[in-house]
Amino acid sequence: MSLDKNRVRTIANLARLEVRDDELDHLAGELSNIIHFVEQLAEVNTDGVAPMTSVANMELPRRVDEVTDGGCQDKILANAPEQQDGFFLVPKVVE
Amino acid sequence: MAYVIQGETGDWELVIGLEVHAQVISKSKLFSGASTLFGGEPNTQVSLVDAAMPGMLPVINEYCIEQAVRTGLGLKAAINLTSVFARKNYFYADLPQGYQISQYEHPIVGEGEVILDMPDGSTRTVGIERLHLEQDAGKSLHDQHPTKSFIDLNRSGVALMEIVSKPDMRSPEEAAAYVTKLRSILRYLGTCDGNMAEGSMRCDANVSVRKSGEPYRTRAEIKNVNSIRFLQQAIEYEARRQIDLYEEGGQVVQETRLFDSNKGETRSMRSKEHAHDYRYFPDPDLLPLVLTQGFVDHIKAGLPELPDEKKDRFMRDYGLSPYDAGVLVAEQANADFFEAVAKGRDPKLACNWVMGDFAAAMNRLGRSIDNPPVSAADLGGLIDLIADNTISGRIAKEVFELMVETGKGPAAIVEEKGLRQVTDTGAIESSIDAVLAANGDKVAEYRSGKDKLFGFFVGQVMKATGGKANPALVNEILKKKLG
Repeated sequence: MSLDKNRVRTIANLARLEVRDDELDHLAGELSNIIHFVEQLAEVNTDGVAPMTSVANMELPRRVDEVTDGGCQDKILANAPEQQDGFFLVPKVVE
Repeated sequence: MAYVIQGETGDWELVIGLEVHAQVISKSKLFSGASTLFGGEPNTQVSLVDAAMPGMLPVINEYCIEQAVRTGLGLKAAINLTSVFARKNYFYADLPQGYQISQYEHPIVGEGEVILDMPDGSTRTVGIERLHLEQDAGKSLHDQHPTKSFIDLNRSGVALMEIVSKPDMRSPEEAAAYVTKLRSILRYLGTCDGNMAEGSMRCDANVSVRKSGEPYRTRAEIKNVNSIRFLQQAIEYEARRQIDLYEEGGQVVQETRLFDSNKGETRSMRSKEHAHDYRYFPDPDLLPLVLTQGFVDHIKAGLPELPDEKKDRFMRDYGLSPYDAGVLVAEQANADFFEAVAKGRDPKLACNWVMGDFAAAMNRLGRSIDNPPVSAADLGGLIDLIADNTISGRIAKEVFELMVETGKGPAAIVEEKGLRQVTDTGAIESSIDAVLAANGDKVAEYRSGKDKLFGFFVGQVMKATGGKANPALVNEILKKKLG
């Protein structure tokens, strides 16, 4: 599988990356190379092999339903470029 | 009678599927120990996990798993003993992770069903496609500032169940009945409070139209529907829009539309153009969720009696109509109240009172079943007084209003106001004699065949006795005297 320029443009948009038009060809080539490299794995016959989800032989750890966290508004907002009355402020995002 | 919309080119049928997001009742969030309480100060119920700080890892809340399984069992659905959490990737200001942890190919609950109770007493079955667990996003406020949006992450990470129906509904009324019934089941189960106004239950509708017998046409998804009334309006508007489009030679495009409840219309959400490209993949921070059959069986054994079973029992044991039974069981508290009133009494009489005067008084006074205008014991006591002929049904209505007004018990009011029914035949006879004597002309008319006047005589006697004469006795003696 190879990626063309338009596909790369879409991916960049989905990832909110600003990519100039003159960079698209180059990136398409690089990304395609990565995909081709991984595609070598397709040579291995995996019929009847269940997908491996983890190398750790353990179950999903669970917690009990208790409130043990939160109440740290100052920490949550510490890195906010802008804040007011306990809210994050961001550029307006509404239609 | 199937629901159709008449267009220029003939009749059109609606195809509706619903996605309901139901907030799981739990103390803490799906993957963090922050509180889920509604209405806290902004960003005070947020852990570093919910704010997506680097290096934070999600740990699942076992009670939320239990709640999802409980809901699945309540929907008569298949429980998948292995399910997988996946990342659904999209950008939005109130989604700090840049993805929502959800379930995609392997949800925790598979196919089930919901039985709709239609207003005419009939039922219809709607298939459930799946139920999966996912995180809620934060909340954006857009009206606080001219150029900024305010973000509160308190809701970020709260557990949601997304319940997806099959496209089995064919009218706005069926969609409304589905949401109503689903909410009722969730409340019985105690897995979601169903409060649409506070956003703990939200609904998206997939709507398409077609000519009878056709395969499905392209659908539009309507978001932002936060009441059952708006859901019906949105579906009606959207169906009409699609029909007009087809009949003008156009095509419906698959897109996300927003319902504007002020204008009563749906409009395209252009920002969602690429939204369907979510690039799901299994969340590498979470192992598959594996349940044992024993875990599921244990939850199943603890399920309460659900609305459908309760409705069947009310019809079977109390002889109620499907409609009455359906209304009474919709809210568990109402059903419990009815059973307390009906215990050891005539169930139909109890049903009439609970759904009639009692419900009317409750609505009029803006009270709820948890804070009723008259207690179940007092309403039962009133019915006892009717049953043992202490008062007539008509006087009972008067007594009931006094009970609501004064908070006193029925027996006390009857004694105090002297409303005890007259069952003394001698007293009734003399009242009747007086009425007949005063209306000689009407007696003659009656005897010459004007049967309808009988009601007039009954009315006069009841009036003369202040409504306290036993109606059965009045009828009996009047017939004898006139006959």
